[in-house]
Amino acid sequence: MIEVVNLTKKFGDVEVLKGITTTVADGEKVVVIGPSGSGKSTFLRCLNCMEDPTGGSIFFEGEDLADMRVDINRHRERMGMVFQQFNLFNNKTVIENIMLAPVHIGKVRLAQKKRANARRKFANLFRKQKLPLEPITESVKSIKEKAYENACSLLDRIGLRDKENVYPSTLSGGQKQRIAIVRSLAMNPKVILFDEPTSALDPEMVGEVLDLIRKLAAEGMTMVIVTHEMGFAREVADRVIFMSDGVITEEGTPEELFDHPKNPRTQQFLKCVL
Amino acid sequence: MSDFDRKIQTFIKYFIDYGGYREVLTGLKNTAVIAVLGLLIGIVIGTLIAIVRVMPKYKRLPRVLDKICAFYVALFRGTPIVVQLLVFYYVALPLMGLNLDSVTVSVCVFGLNSGAYISEIMRSGIQSVDRGQMEGGRSVGLSYSTTMIKIVIPQAVKNILPTLGNEFIALIKETSVVSFVGAVDLYVAFNNIGSTSYEFMIPYIVMALLYIIIVLVITLCIKIMERSLGKSDRGR
Repeated sequence: MIEVVNLTKKFGDVEVLKGITTTVADGEKVVVIGPSGSGKSTFLRCLNCMEDPTGGSIFFEGEDLADMRVDINRHRERMGMVFQQFNLFNNKTVIENIMLAPVHIGKVRLAQKKRANARRKFANLFRKQKLPLEPITESVKSIKEKAYENACSLLDRIGLRDKENVYPSTLSGGQKQRIAIVRSLAMNPKVILFDEPTSALDPEMVGEVLDLIRKLAAEGMTMVIVTHEMGFAREVADRVIFMSDGVITEEGTPEELFDHPKNPRTQQFLKCVL
Repeated sequence: MSDFDRKIQTFIKYFIDYGGYREVLTGLKNTAVIAVLGLLIGIVIGTLIAIVRVMPKYKRLPRVLDKICAFYVALFRGTPIVVQLLVFYYVALPLMGLNLDSVTVSVCVFGLNSGAYISEIMRSGIQSVDRGQMEGGRSVGLSYSTTMIKIVIPQAVKNILPTLGNEFIALIKETSVVSFVGAVDLYVAFNNIGSTSYEFMIPYIVMALLYIIIVLVITLCIKIMERSLGKSDRGR
């Protein structure tokens, strides 16, 4: 689904990623671990061009995201992202947070369709063979209603329906992160990127967030997760990537990597964290 | 009858009986129009400039725009507003062959001028919003401009509202220079009462009081706005 070829990223003169090549298959759960400063967060943020890669390619749905000419916004809809600091919109209520993107993008698409139809209608005046108009089945109202229903069912799912109309500032970290996860789900993404989703949480809130991620994993969502939760990584991952100094030092199934690491750098890291 | 009483009597006579209040009302209206429209124009211009200045600059167009905006800000912050008014009214307009009345010109100049100041206020406001808000918006597929308009700027405005109020108050008081191009504002109105009655003390005191009242009312309005905008900090 995602194919990364020789990805590099430089911040000024500092080369953070030194040529990463890997693939993420449909439905696969890839966990990226590694010491601080190894470039794992940067790698993840490059996947949806939150940081623009300086070299290499990222193929997603047949298009190269590293190419500046592609409409990255369109691809980001299919590629959710969950942040360490949640990044919920502070000026919007919980339900607005979830509905904002689907409603806005739905409206934009609808307007585009209407414009295209208007153009075609005009062009048809001069054509012998009339082109059919694109059928428009939705309205702004129906888009909103659909987004609202969807948002409500997502909130039901994480048991926070009663928080629908509160602002994020009143929520606990765990609640915020769960809402951030369903916010990304509201766009029906094909893959979700998790950037240390539990690192900013109180220890007792880590569980609820990991549970939700586990559930999503069980439903077959494709995921790329950067985490320091080794137990969780082992449990949920199909494949674990160990990164250090901007390269993939070792990758394999959790059993291979955690129980029989081959690379000395991996062995040293795991000895410290396990 | 003491001297002070006589002065008050004279003022009241000229203010009410001789119709001085009509000019004061015109002046009040002009002051309000110039300040409010100037602020609105300033907010629009300032926001646009601020967005240009915080935009990522990979391509050439934003870089060129940035230079233009920097020049604009330097120009309007580097000259006194009186000079701008005079240049606009007596130099720029005749050169363009336009004939606008002095209030319109004042509105334009005050708008352009406060735009330069507000752009810097707005820029600091936008930069005070956590970067994560932009990333959050971009990550769900919203474009840069949509995220800016729907997420970042509302939060920035909330942060800069007290400063913006400051700017508005400054603007109201600065309108007293529009008499340079012949527009009637509060100062001109009271000055006329003074010069026709040969009695300046009371008109000027009343004028000062009027300015203070206006500013106090605005301060109150800003407080109310701040409270309503601050609701996302408190929960419900």
